[in-house]
Amino acid sequence: MTELKHTQAVPMPAARKPRKKGAGGSFTERYASVLLAVAILLLWQFSVPLLGLSEFVLPTPLAIGKRIVTDFDLLAAHSYITLLEVLAGFLAGVLIGIPLALAIFYSKAFERAVYPLLVALQTVPKIALAPLLVLYLGYGWWPKISLAFLISFFPIVISTVVGLQSLDKGLVNMVRSMGSTEWQTFFKVRLPAALPSIFGGLKVAISLAVIGAIIGEYIAAERGLGYLQLQANSQFDTTLNFATVVTISLLGVLLYFVLALVESKVSYQRESAK
Amino acid sequence: MSNAANVRVEGVSKTYEVRAGDDVKALDRVDLDIAPGSFVAIVGPSGCGKSTLLSLLAGLTPVSSGRLRIDGDEVVKPHPKAGVVFQSDLLLPWRSIIDNVLLPIEIKGKDRATAASRARALLAQVGLAGFDNKFPFELSGGMRQRVAICRALIQEPGLLLMDEPFGALDALTREQMIMDLQTMWLRLGNTVLFITHGIDEAVFLADRVIVMSPRPGRVDLDLTIDIPRPRRWSGIHENPAFQHHVRQVREMFEAKGVLVAH
Repeated sequence: MTELKHTQAVPMPAARKPRKKGAGGSFTERYASVLLAVAILLLWQFSVPLLGLSEFVLPTPLAIGKRIVTDFDLLAAHSYITLLEVLAGFLAGVLIGIPLALAIFYSKAFERAVYPLLVALQTVPKIALAPLLVLYLGYGWWPKISLAFLISFFPIVISTVVGLQSLDKGLVNMVRSMGSTEWQTFFKVRLPAALPSIFGGLKVAISLAVIGAIIGEYIAAERGLGYLQLQANSQFDTTLNFATVVTISLLGVLLYFVLALVESKVSYQRESAK
Repeated sequence: MSNAANVRVEGVSKTYEVRAGDDVKALDRVDLDIAPGSFVAIVGPSGCGKSTLLSLLAGLTPVSSGRLRIDGDEVVKPHPKAGVVFQSDLLLPWRSIIDNVLLPIEIKGKDRATAASRARALLAQVGLAGFDNKFPFELSGGMRQRVAICRALIQEPGLLLMDEPFGALDALTREQMIMDLQTMWLRLGNTVLFITHGIDEAVFLADRVIVMSPRPGRVDLDLTIDIPRPRRWSGIHENPAFQHHVRQVREMFEAKGVLVAH
């Protein structure tokens, strides 16, 4: 058992890859998900002409791919707008959510006052607020950023509070016995121990922030991927519509992986802690 | 060690409030005087307040009444001369072994560079040379507890407080650790307060064995162990003095109903 463990060098995601994917599996096993995806795309590609569907009803994957290439500049310009809205909303979620979580963690009174209210507010579907936000904040950046913020804020707060609260109290006593101040305890023990949980919340939040920004653009916008999709819809340009869906997905995946990359740099991996 | 600390426990009581109006007296007017450089073991069943006493001495919990002194200073917060080894290793999983050992150096704001070579030397002394850059998950339970001991020793503690440090280890590893601890202490010569429920390890290691009884915890027996050092674990069970002291502790436990003779 220990021998096996010694072969893993550092607690980095790269170190656990071979174990998870099972290096001994056959080619089919190893690339099962890729093969399945390719099979579905092929089925889609060839069934569209076989069923006699027009491009207006269901464009083929190749047609969508070509459209992404030819309209790259258009998609990129609108992606840029949506990206800014997502980042602004998400960043606001972090900058407000994490201090709020700290206040909830450190102050019993604050927890009693704010926590139930926060949970109650969470039951309000944020998307239902979108028309109101447009009413109050107009057609510009603010309703989209606010929606991205509102929707991503809750998982950030909860994951941070839970991460801080689930710490082994023995670790705190251990550093306190060395004469550590609460400030040191926070940065040397509490925060690093909570990071895996916090990043879990951040990853959920960034995906939600994309949804928030797109919904905001659906309600009222003059640019952004949500706006572009509605334009395509009204012009019966189904291929562009699909191309936008693919771009939105790629945006979400990209942001997720950026966060995962940051996490691998600053946070330890839970798996290696066992 | 020239900085070996002396400890005075003067009429110390500790009461915990479990719920409002429901108090548990963990320690009742305990008096204890520990000479500098001595190895004192405290044995007792769970609930006798021995871990509470250690927590008080570590400055982690305030006393309810009475006084605790380390080298004459009243203990109101963790004393800089005290180092603690807990029952579980409590290594930080995101820090390498060497960084775990250097944690108290960072916290106390001392120079890391000069301490690093001392940390490596300590690790080598416990058989962990070359493990500096490994992570805790790569080590076995016994190795991890050795790292925890190094982390306490890097502070050059005049008083080493050990709270059932081998309780979570398997029997073989425990035996090895007991002997290694004796070797280490004979070299350092600091004061050690060793909390355990293992009668044999207490009698083997200590100059003085204190037996405590539960609820409320108080001192029942204070034995001086005069077996010459270095003591060897193999054969110690046939040593008449060892047998005698173990029997004394057992008889006390039987008298108190902690152990029931059949």
